Amino acid sequence: MTQDDQQTTIIEPLHLLGKVEEFKKKGCRLVQMHCTKAGDTFEINYSFDINYEFSNIRIITDGTTEIPSISGIYWGAFIYENEMHDLFGIRFAGMNIDFSGNLIRTAKKNPFADPTFRGEKPCPDA
Amino acid sequence: MPRRIVVPFGPQHPVLPEPIHLDLVLKDEHVEEALPSIGYIHRGLETLVTRREYPEYVYIAERTCGICSFIHGMTYCQAVEKLVDCSVPERALFLRTIWSEYSRLHSHLLWLGLFADALGFENLFMASWRLRESVLDVLEETTGGRVIQGSCKVGGVRRDIPGETLDRMRSGLDTIEREAGEIADVFLRDDSIISRTRGIGVLSREDAYALGAVGPTARASGVGIDLRKTGYAAYGRLSFSPVVETAGDCHARCIVRVKEIFTSIDLIRQAIAKIPDGPVEEKPKKNPEGDYFARSEQPRGELVHYVKGDGSRHLVRSRIRTPTLTNLPSLVRMLKGCNLADVPVIVLSIDPCIGCAER
Repeated sequence: MTQDDQQTTIIEPLHLLGKVEEFKKKGCRLVQMHCTKAGDTFEINYSFDINYEFSNIRIITDGTTEIPSISGIYWGAFIYENEMHDLFGIRFAGMNIDFSGNLIRTAKKNPFADPTFRGEKPCPDA
Repeated sequence: MPRRIVVPFGPQHPVLPEPIHLDLVLKDEHVEEALPSIGYIHRGLETLVTRREYPEYVYIAERTCGICSFIHGMTYCQAVEKLVDCSVPERALFLRTIWSEYSRLHSHLLWLGLFADALGFENLFMASWRLRESVLDVLEETTGGRVIQGSCKVGGVRRDIPGETLDRMRSGLDTIEREAGEIADVFLRDDSIISRTRGIGVLSREDAYALGAVGPTARASGVGIDLRKTGYAAYGRLSFSPVVETAGDCHARCIVRVKEIFTSIDLIRQAIAKIPDGPVEEKPKKNPEGDYFARSEQPRGELVHYVKGDGSRHLVRSRIRTPTLTNLPSLVRMLKGCNLADVPVIVLSIDPCIGCAER
């Protein structure tokens, strides 16, 4: 098995818990979760692995809707959900451990939510 | 009647090389619950990807961690290489493998020293770190840097290792192996180490898998995940078996790291024997477009670098999922029910790298 075999499936947030439940039933391990700000939307990726077979599902949200937590299915997901909450401001409903914004304490609230600067210039906030 | 109290552990504690805070909910001396919090050294490294061109970000990726810096740089390069249609020359893949395994040696020896120190075994700490120096000397000689190597680039590596240096490295491995054998004997058999670590902080196989544990933390609980088996770099041309233990306690995690030192030595020997001649870099053909997850086996476990490009010289996103971050839920589980006096040893047993975890 090489790492070239990767597939990303975009799903509706409505189907998230059902799809994650399927991965759990197949015996997959939660590899990681992360968020990417793409234009005006946020892409949230959920990656799974079984026997080095890597699968990724993605939901796209505007950042204002509450996303159902998968920590009821994968207990360790709380660490990623709290991280996304603190860095991107994504709200998750039903987290098993909610740090209420105190997992990663940053001087600026939700610093990754608005990456306005791109390019080779001095940092605007430097 | 037992009392419930909350004891703050960290961010500064003699056993912690880096800051993590744990709220330990105690009933008498027993930990009922442990809640971690980080954020003391968050550097926002991932956002820098939008401010630097993609070839320059290798330097930032490397600085994610001061211990496994080379593997961070390499994994980032592996991810970008998929987006720029760049096939890395064979010799560069072997060189990456050699430096990765020296990084693992350096990291495991560093951890063994810290672990010995946490147990109050000063001589063993010094012996482990003395041996680590000889590994750092090789990294310095071949890359120019002891901690931050700066030798990986998108499309290959920045410098080659001459044949005579490879021969010298091969004979140096015999010395490292012999001295590692002496240290290993103490870690595996010494009564005081066994009594402080055996049966402590047990993580079952089921919990390790369900909680997403990786690296020696997972392998010590019987979960044989080792990303090197996917064959990235030159690992597909080398033969090895992941080190797996089943006890799931602090001693098992120590045993895995000790045995992995010898696996790394063997892998370096194989790589030196098989390294082909040829160029060590290829130019990227275009700017990065699309997205990709690259995974590698760091000393602490599976590392994931995700990159997303839109065809410009600046990537849209870099996401670094470090092994420590995904081992934190397992740490929370290990601490539940342990004695307060065992907390430092258990925390250290996952080899926490908070600089990595916070990025």
